[in-house]
Amino acid sequence: MSENIEIGLDQNIKQSDIVSQKHLRHFLDIENLPKSLILDILDLAESFAGVSGQPVKKVPLLRGKTIVNLFFEASTRTRTTFELAAKRLSADFLNINMDYSATRKGETLLDTLRNLEAMHCDMFIVRHPSSGAAEFISKNVSQNISIINAGDGRHAHPTQAMLDIFTIRKYFPDFKKIKVAIVGDILHSRVARSLMHALRILEVPDIRVIGPKTLLPNGVEHMGVTSYVDMDEGIKGCDVVIMLRLQNERMNSSFIPDEHEYYNLYGFSPKRLDLISKKGIVMHPGPVNRGVEISSEVADGDRSVILQQVSNGIAVRMAILSLSMQP
Amino acid sequence: MKYSKDQTQALLLKIENSLKSYLLKNNIEKPIIIGVHTGGVWIADWLQKRLGYEGRAATLNISFYRDDFSKVGVNPTVEPTEMPVSVDDKHIILVDDVLFTGRTTRAAINEIFDFGRPLSVTLVVLVERNGNELPISADITGEKLELDNNKNIKLLGPDPMILEVVDKDN
Repeated sequence: MSENIEIGLDQNIKQSDIVSQKHLRHFLDIENLPKSLILDILDLAESFAGVSGQPVKKVPLLRGKTIVNLFFEASTRTRTTFELAAKRLSADFLNINMDYSATRKGETLLDTLRNLEAMHCDMFIVRHPSSGAAEFISKNVSQNISIINAGDGRHAHPTQAMLDIFTIRKYFPDFKKIKVAIVGDILHSRVARSLMHALRILEVPDIRVIGPKTLLPNGVEHMGVTSYVDMDEGIKGCDVVIMLRLQNERMNSSFIPDEHEYYNLYGFSPKRLDLISKKGIVMHPGPVNRGVEISSEVADGDRSVILQQVSNGIAVRMAILSLSMQP
Repeated sequence: MKYSKDQTQALLLKIENSLKSYLLKNNIEKPIIIGVHTGGVWIADWLQKRLGYEGRAATLNISFYRDDFSKVGVNPTVEPTEMPVSVDDKHIILVDDVLFTGRTTRAAINEIFDFGRPLSVTLVVLVERNGNELPISADITGEKLELDNNKNIKLLGPDPMILEVVDKDN
């Protein structure tokens, strides 16, 4: 049974994050970003990538700024790479796990925000299980605070999409010549939604989404993608295949028969590597469920760039943090 | 006002010769030449060749070390820093096109020290103009210049390299 999820959800969330073609104020979503700004972020990330290889892995760009991770939902990679990104820019950094904070004791979210503002913080990085949470917070904080969306419900995960396209560009510099497939739980995936927007803006000519009908959103074709229920057909000749995790925690009913069956139909098994293009790469935003959506052989194999995605996440987030902190 | 190609070339030859005698006098045999983006890199590469060293000069992009981020932000299209060898216990020849306020040099020295602990840092510039704001001066200079506050001097290049004095608004 399919949940009633409209792909048009995004349209209600008006983006207020672009100050000009060159500047960000908040980073909430990708869909309204101009192509030039996306390319600027990728170029700047390229320069930051070298910092992680220096003997002193730090530059003093955001010295004296205070950045707060405000996570209302579990996260390992995103939380730690944001923290490393902020620290490599020399910002002061706080991690607030909202599960254990004063909100548990009855404080409202807005009161928590007021308190953090009173501590003269400059930026909140927000992850929240509800779609639109980062946008809501951006409208309720004082003018001088930037909000970065680190994933809100099923809506968007724009920094993940940015690091994915950064990784893709390392292998395929010309976005206009590639075929990209996103496979799996498209319905519940904020990563998929942000990626589809990013790839469309970058004029990728062939964007495919692959999954069981129950996990493909109604009307997904309106986002400029082609949908496939047959994985072998869908990934044929693709240069980039992005595997997604089954988001069991967001499913309130049964979407697939069982995990074994799912692996047979949509798991990236070693023999499926023969179907993608010769130089094709396999990506996964993590966390990986081995044996469900991808085999260990593929995840650890030489076509997999999963760990590069993690490393690239630091440089890309450094670029987004510094562009959002611009005067 | 534009310098001619020959005038600029004469200044380049002057710093080349001064650098050669400086290295001899101080017994420096294998320095690392580092150019500051963008003009400094052209001059550093040129010096690297003239001194007979292999490969290209190291490059520094000081964008992430500037002191005016909270005023002007960061330029997204920055050329990368490339430091192919360790600076530990090495003599560094730091090359820039123009020494003006001294702030770029300050940032460049900070960045070099994030790569290690050099034995010494020598500053070579093509032009040293008035307006210094920090206790920084060049060890080797092609020319010292007095310019009005509303003027800038910049290097066009890389081939040929030509100095040009322009209005600040340009």
